[in-house]
Amino acid sequence: MKHLKENIIRTATEANEGHIPAALSILDILWVLYDRILGITPENFSNPDRNRFILSKGHAAIGLYIVLAEKGFFKLEELKNFGKFDSRFGGHPDRTMVPGVEASTGSLGHGFPMAVGLALGAKIKRAPSKVYAIVGDGECNEGTIWESAMLAAHNKLDNLYCVVDQNHSGDPALNPGDMRQKFESFGWQAVRINGHDQEEIYKALTQKSVGKPIAIIAETIKGKGVKIMENSAEWTHKYPTKEQLEVMIKELE
Amino acid sequence: MRKQIFQTIYDVLKADNKAVLLFGDVGTYGFRNSQAEFPDRVYDVGIMEQSMVSASAGLAMQGFTPIVHTIATFLVERSLEQIKDDFGYQRLGGNFVSTGASYDMASWGATHQCPGDVGILKNVPSIEIVVPGSAAEFDSLFKQSYNDGRPTYFRLSGKSNADNQEVAFGKASVIKTGKRATVIAVGPMLERVRQACGELDVTILYYTTLEPFDHKALRDNIQGGKIIICEPYYSGAIAVDVSIATASHPVEVTYIGVPREFPHHYGTMDDLDAFFHLTAEDIEAKIKKVLAK
Repeated sequence: MKHLKENIIRTATEANEGHIPAALSILDILWVLYDRILGITPENFSNPDRNRFILSKGHAAIGLYIVLAEKGFFKLEELKNFGKFDSRFGGHPDRTMVPGVEASTGSLGHGFPMAVGLALGAKIKRAPSKVYAIVGDGECNEGTIWESAMLAAHNKLDNLYCVVDQNHSGDPALNPGDMRQKFESFGWQAVRINGHDQEEIYKALTQKSVGKPIAIIAETIKGKGVKIMENSAEWTHKYPTKEQLEVMIKELE
Repeated sequence: MRKQIFQTIYDVLKADNKAVLLFGDVGTYGFRNSQAEFPDRVYDVGIMEQSMVSASAGLAMQGFTPIVHTIATFLVERSLEQIKDDFGYQRLGGNFVSTGASYDMASWGATHQCPGDVGILKNVPSIEIVVPGSAAEFDSLFKQSYNDGRPTYFRLSGKSNADNQEVAFGKASVIKTGKRATVIAVGPMLERVRQACGELDVTILYYTTLEPFDHKALRDNIQGGKIIICEPYYSGAIAVDVSIATASHPVEVTYIGVPREFPHHYGTMDDLDAFFHLTAEDIEAKIKKVLAK
């Protein structure tokens, strides 16, 4: 994981683009998904019945790019152009340009309802595939999250897993309260886990559904692994100096 | 035209097992047969227009051809960003079929009215826009284009033209030819335009597809250096297209359409047409004024 974190920090710093803390917040979840759950590879990505993953909080795209590069969807070197005019990789992902990206997210509250549509579509096709989404806890301020939560529960989409990246960064603006209870009251099966414990993440993502969609409330730390960034509003969209960068990389060890 | 939605969509659901219908608790009774016969592909999702549009994008990603239906203002204005991002930007195909065009729902007030739909969607790249003039034209245009892989908006109106035209998606047609001006009639305005033009020596061009716009038909039919555009929504939505088509022809363009103002009246469609000076008689007077210049 250390080299993935380093790649995120170095790439974003060089490009002066990308949300480093948001990416570090979900990196453990992304890694478990791509390493042990999704079964998606560059070779089978065109299979119409593949499992699907949507990064609904699209501003954490740099984390997704780094994991996709690690899994061979493209070369890590290409990310050096991140955010540049000719690059395929920008602050929010574009499904028409980036191999392995299912949805062009960025505007919050779009990816999750698309995931609900994907899960409904898999049901209509009677495909065995599953659909996974990561939403931000701040993103859950959006009404479409709760509209779609009701839609998924009503249609008993037990093939849908929604991981809420609950890093609490939005709490001062709007505290969502008990997210697990909220999803349960919307008809979901819900668990709360440590979003940086990969075994807990794996267990949650492989739990059996009792005919309901599954919400995984992942308690995370924004900027996890870099002390100066952890839970710091100042670092939401900020990049380290050269000196700070080297300290951060060392700290990852 | 409203009743035709149910039949046309039923036909498509029956013929194409990739077609899926989502509707926002509007037309529940009309879609009952479709829902009974194709329960896996027909969903009343309740009142959540934005999620309905995004979820239909998810269905498109699974290889389905989604059809989304509700009242125009909720479909276009409330869900505009979902149409733009989830369909336009993502290059997904889907169909947005509205009811309640402009002030069809006059007695319900401006919250249920949407004369801005065409102008708004004209500013979303890659969205096709279809304004049929009759039930049969909707049936034909929908079946021609619903699975063309692009997002397409079908604007259904409370008013229909008395006669059906042979319509081809993306093509305008010449209703009559004359020399003193070209009158463009969009969708359900044709009836009034025909009455207004009577024996006047003008060409009438009929548009039911506004995006892609048939520039050639206009370029080939400019008469008398005057173009009069009769639109059933906020006037001017096709102004840029008209400018492009007439770039090498000096023309005087007159717009007859819904003015950009809230009526703050109820009543009927006809009441508001009269209020906005859009009756056949009003249109005739305006055309004659242009011709007299």
